[in-house]
Amino acid sequence: MSSRDVILGRVRQALGAEPAGPPAGPPAAPAAYGTGIDRGYLRRHGERTAEETVELLAENLTDYRAIVHRCWGTGEELADLLMRLLAERGAGSVLVPPELPPHWLAGVDATRVHDRAVSTPGELDRVDSVVTGCAVAVAETGTIVLDGSPDQGRRRITLIPDHHIVVVRAPGQVVSSVPEALGRLDPTRPLTWISGPSATSDIELDRVEGVHGPRVLEVVLCQDSR
Amino acid sequence: MSGTFVGMPAFPKAAHEAVRDTTLRANLKHATHTIRDKRARAVAELDDWAQLREAGKQIKDHTLRHLEHYLVQLEESVTAAGGVVHWARDAAEANRIVTELVRETGESEVVKVKSMATQEIGLNEHLEAEDIRAYETDLAELIVQLGKDRPSHILVPAIHRNRGEIRDIFRREMGSWGRPAPEGLTESPAELAEAARLHLREKFLRAKVGISGANFMVAENGTLVVVESEGNGRMCLTLPETLISVVGIEKIVPTWQDLEVFLQTLPRSSTAERMNPYTSTWTGTTDADGPQAFHLVLIDNGRTDALADEVGRQALRCIRCSACLNVCPVYERAGGHAYGSVYPGPIGAILSPQLRGTASEIDASLPYASSLCGACYEVCPVAIDIPEVLVHLRERVVEGGEATQRGTRVTLQPAKGHAVERAAMRAARWAFTHPAALGAGQRLAARTRRLHPRSLPGPGRAWSATRDLPRFPAESFRDWWQRTNGGKDTAK
Ligand code: SF4
Repeated sequence: MSSRDVILGRVRQALGAEPAGPPAGPPAAPAAYGTGIDRGYLRRHGERTAEETVELLAENLTDYRAIVHRCWGTGEELADLLMRLLAERGAGSVLVPPELPPHWLAGVDATRVHDRAVSTPGELDRVDSVVTGCAVAVAETGTIVLDGSPDQGRRRITLIPDHHIVVVRAPGQVVSSVPEALGRLDPTRPLTWISGPSATSDIELDRVEGVHGPRVLEVVLCQDSR
Repeated sequence: MSGTFVGMPAFPKAAHEAVRDTTLRANLKHATHTIRDKRARAVAELDDWAQLREAGKQIKDHTLRHLEHYLVQLEESVTAAGGVVHWARDAAEANRIVTELVRETGESEVVKVKSMATQEIGLNEHLEAEDIRAYETDLAELIVQLGKDRPSHILVPAIHRNRGEIRDIFRREMGSWGRPAPEGLTESPAELAEAARLHLREKFLRAKVGISGANFMVAENGTLVVVESEGNGRMCLTLPETLISVVGIEKIVPTWQDLEVFLQTLPRSSTAERMNPYTSTWTGTTDADGPQAFHLVLIDNGRTDALADEVGRQALRCIRCSACLNVCPVYERAGGHAYGSVYPGPIGAILSPQLRGTASEIDASLPYASSLCGACYEVCPVAIDIPEVLVHLRERVVEGGEATQRGTRVTLQPAKGHAVERAAMRAARWAFTHPAALGAGQRLAARTRRLHPRSLPGPGRAWSATRDLPRFPAESFRDWWQRTNGGKDTAK
């Protein structure tokens, strides 16, 4: 008998003595699943206007030591801001996802490195900064979620460079809570949830920012037209 | 479960030694109190905590009750997403499968994300014996690995080490594992973290095989989830060509939506944060993004035995947040090593004896490694009634009875010798010299009256066979004294 069958057999046997209740063993009744669990918890915590939600996002991001910037519109002002932020970090090279709007980096001098499947981790390690969009941002937890869409690129490009700038379109991409965020995301995509820069508390519980992921996370909250 | 630390004395003896180690106690006390207080604040932010906790409990109970269905569904969805599913009934089989998978890649080194499951099966030791080097990449695990030490906490495995010790370990050992520690390394946490960053980066960048666990597996679509802080998880899940995830069969949740409960309760319970810095999810393989070969090794290793126990089964709800460790007065004094298992603290005291059986002295003593104060139950985000399971397991140890071992129903004999009674007496002695814990314990004793053994173990058995043991009163004397203002308000 295969281990699979042995384990499934043990599971069945273990649950055999189950007292009356929902039928045990296959087929479980997943139909009943939707209603069987008491989901009396909140979809979001508190009522806020769209502006207040963005405000809360900014607050919680800052609390987790991300650096937050505001920007009115995704046009020239954003291009100027990104140029300034990259220059301030002395970025000589910047990773660019395939479909980052080209005008965002219009004023940037740094060498553009494109997200290509053939580039090795070693090559990516030599790039200073990365600029991406995002899929959704969660105000209550101060979290940015990337889903690998063409304006965000592969997971590794936001992992290896030491400096990551994320542009969040607000309020369109901002939700209040984790339940709201999950509802917007496609589980079949590889997702990366980022709450502040990489951190560790393993040494006497002193928080140290920046172990393996980018040590500097800058978030640009950009007013969109929606 | 092969994870018994070799030559491990029973809990009371190990605890006795640990209690005399004042550095250890100071480190532990500082750490557990810090996280405990922060956690309480993080939890207080969510006014629906009780409902989230209840939902988490119900989701896990439902999954366990229909585990066969969800395991099969998970296998189908992982396979459909491009992954390969393997099944391992015990540690030996899991280790063999992983070794073969690594061999097939032609590699002789792997990078690892911190994972309780791989520790439980002793994977690193096994790989080493097979000439495969496994590099732990979580900072705390690195400290443990370089120090040839054992983890002592679920979340912060090197909690028993202070910064000076860590610096010494880095200076002494890093060179023989790869990039040596920088010259003049001091004990500042930032410098130590930087040393780890440099040491590990060269490994991440060249690694072809990554090994991970998972916090959750979603049955309906085959998504796996890893929750972490440092980014070492992202490195191991993203850069290698092959990813092997070793996960206990109880880590399933049925639907994507269920994550909304656990992604709220887990970070707040464990690191006391609103959200941990990084969470990664992956569903099989994705074209040119992340590993192009994905293997999921599902392990039983005693879990189905725990599942067969209607009281003990609830331990399988555990999401390994470690909140119960941080509130436990016994853990705080004894430290994680005394539990002789990769699962220390209150959860370890109920999980290890179920996964491994109670035949060994250490496992028979673990149900006594508690003052039954109930704090672990209060903080548990999936409402595991740890005291209830402890009492249940004590009963099994002293009275014997029906249990399932490796899938076979057996009748256990009462524990031989006096190790257990000794353990009980030591625990009692500790409690009696710590009045606050005793007070809490008595309160719980009153609440759990129906669970108390009705006969005495060992030599007392014959005596109690014909007599009833005195029952615990419904209210402890201390509580009565306080409630009635020293007996003055007896009318109440
Ligand atoms: S038993 Fe509960 S509190 Fe303890 S680690 Fe598991 S989930 Fe957390």
